[in-house]
Amino acid sequence: MSDLESFRNDVRDWLEANCPDSMRKPMKSEKDICWGGKRFEFSSDDQKAWLERMAEKGWTCPSWPKEYGGGGLSKDEAQILKEEMERIKARPPLISFGIWMLGPALLKYGSEEQKCHYLPQITRGEIRWAQGYSEPGAGSDLAALRTKGDDKGDHWIVNGQKVWTSYADECDWIFALVRTEPDAPKHLGISFLLIDMEWDGVSTKPIKLISGKSPFCETFFDDVKVPKENIVHQPGRGWDVAKYLLSHERANIAGGGSGAQMNPVAAAHKSGEVDENGRVADPILRGDIARLTIDALAFETTLQRIKDQADGGQGVGAKASMLKYYGTELNKRRHELNMSALGSDGLLWEGENPEDGDPARGWLRSRANSIEGGTSEIQLNILAKRVLELPGG
Amino acid sequence: MSYILSEEEQMLRDSAQAFLAEKSPVSELRRLRDEGCKDGFRHAIWKDMADMGWNGIVIPEEFGGVDMGFTAAGLILQEMGRTLAATPFLASSVLCATALRYGGTDGQKSEHLPKIASGEKVYALAVDEKARHDASHIETRARKDGNGFRLSGQKRHVVCGNGADMLIVAARMDDDSIGLFLVDPEASGVERTLRRSVDSHAPANIQFDDVKLDGDALLSETEDGSALLDLVLDSGRACLAAEQLGIAEEAFSRTLDYIKEREQFGQKIGSFQSLQHRAAHLLTEVEMTQSLVIKALRQLDEAPSQAPLWIAAAKAKATRVSRLSSAEAIQMHGGVGMTDEYEIGFFYKRAQAAGEFLGDDAWGAGRVAQLSGY
Repeated sequence: MSDLESFRNDVRDWLEANCPDSMRKPMKSEKDICWGGKRFEFSSDDQKAWLERMAEKGWTCPSWPKEYGGGGLSKDEAQILKEEMERIKARPPLISFGIWMLGPALLKYGSEEQKCHYLPQITRGEIRWAQGYSEPGAGSDLAALRTKGDDKGDHWIVNGQKVWTSYADECDWIFALVRTEPDAPKHLGISFLLIDMEWDGVSTKPIKLISGKSPFCETFFDDVKVPKENIVHQPGRGWDVAKYLLSHERANIAGGGSGAQMNPVAAAHKSGEVDENGRVADPILRGDIARLTIDALAFETTLQRIKDQADGGQGVGAKASMLKYYGTELNKRRHELNMSALGSDGLLWEGENPEDGDPARGWLRSRANSIEGGTSEIQLNILAKRVLELPGG
Repeated sequence: MSYILSEEEQMLRDSAQAFLAEKSPVSELRRLRDEGCKDGFRHAIWKDMADMGWNGIVIPEEFGGVDMGFTAAGLILQEMGRTLAATPFLASSVLCATALRYGGTDGQKSEHLPKIASGEKVYALAVDEKARHDASHIETRARKDGNGFRLSGQKRHVVCGNGADMLIVAARMDDDSIGLFLVDPEASGVERTLRRSVDSHAPANIQFDDVKLDGDALLSETEDGSALLDLVLDSGRACLAAEQLGIAEEAFSRTLDYIKEREQFGQKIGSFQSLQHRAAHLLTEVEMTQSLVIKALRQLDEAPSQAPLWIAAAKAKATRVSRLSSAEAIQMHGGVGMTDEYEIGFFYKRAQAAGEFLGDDAWGAGRVAQLSGY
């Protein structure tokens, strides 16, 4: 038996023994997600046990090095773990910005001390991180940000405001882009700082969206004292970290988020808009759904192909923009067709069941997919300049 | 399943690229058109291709082929798409070779496959009877007559039909099942009418009027002629999608070059955001098409039972994107894009014809819905 096959058997046995039955069912709502953090309340003992067992193995972050709390798995091994988890429909034990955003940035740019200190807290789900990038005057033009850090020798005094700080009201720490070098050119004056949200002067309040309640917040910094050791990479080089991290964010948003499981055909069955053969009754709608299926197959295949190419040593680079652009536009279309298939049933905002308003809320929320993490237009600009090398205007 | 090309596949693609650039650039298609060529292809180039081993790309070695699979055939067609090479490759070396390989008896294979592989004879597949592709609509009849058959009916727009030396014809038999028949186009009762098409190819309408066929005209290795026809058409669709991908890539690449050079209002037109965004969108669409095409070809080679969904998706996507890419090419070239002197219009024309053949994007969407159970 090859090493990988015996690894697969071990994984299978371990999951069988350690994954609680209730963690092998699809997540029904937001509250089934385990985000971790100091203030996180587990929805069940199983959820807690599942996180602790996986964290103990380092499998909340399977491919991170073992010394930082990861699993130290090779790409092939991590893929096997993923497949085996999918096979028994195991829920992810922990989902967090720490895992898919800050962690990769720290692994690339963090000091040894930072890695040893922060990464294990992430893999164990002890600290929940928020992201502090956008500002009221700095959206697509992110580098126009104005939150500033005044140099006071061994620390900065940070003042300013961040928006779209997801879940900031439930987070423990925030990684933020702050202008620390006021005289440097726009992109070279920004630093990447790690800030405890319990420190004096940090406050946050939620933002309500067209979809109703949302995870987004505004976060304010009012004379917050940030020690110099809390910088990642060098002063003024925060833009490098941000760009690196944005490519991770883009790949993730592109992955489809909540929308990937959404199925307009199932919606047509739910609303009774199918014929006696179980086909979507309206032929034009059926055609629209089929065209969506084709593009979704193309997208899914492209994700795999780009991953293959990356494994073969070709960089992903600006292709992340392609995936972000296509994936989010696709997701919006999927939600639109889902609403069409549901007909007037899709218009429900509130009802007897907690999930009654989900289709409408999901549909509204999907409009943000092509705005957050860099708008579709920004992605097209990046492709035009970096991949196609078209001349500047 | 790997999305990366093997070394052997890369070598094949590189040699196809070099060969076609030299022997069959777009100007060669223009020459065929201007000469009024009735076969729609150049025999000398077809022989050269046979010498390269391409004509037997999906034919087993014992019958004179190189047996490299459909992915390899697709790679050659992708390069043909880039230079708009008009050859019998799809009709003869993919469609008919596949029909014979999977449907022919040993006798039929030994007689016909070596002729395809060597380029000695050109074969064409006659299926469609309606204006839009519909393989379920077959009214051509092959009635049992002694040990043989009598064939009657009409086939429309048979690709490569006018220059073919042998036809494989789909017909309904006495029990209404489908059979594929080898028919000599020179036989008595067969009448071909050349239909010059917009892409400068030479398809034909073919009338069969009580044509007498021997018993061994029927590809009879398999009982289920309908399943055989499905496989044959799907192999053609996957490979044709690769040609369409080549068309999309080349039209896009020429357009990029053009908008980087052309100046208006004192600047390169490629600096305008309205064109940049459309170009970036095209880049993305072409990338998506590449993924589906390689997936469809690999599935056909490695897991044929899973292939139909991917093939329908690939054909539909490649149809749409090759048409979009070549249409945008004309628009971004502006006035010169409309001239016959400029080559870009040839891409738009071929994209239309290749899209129509074996099922366009609407056909593909219908098939995807059907295969997905909705």
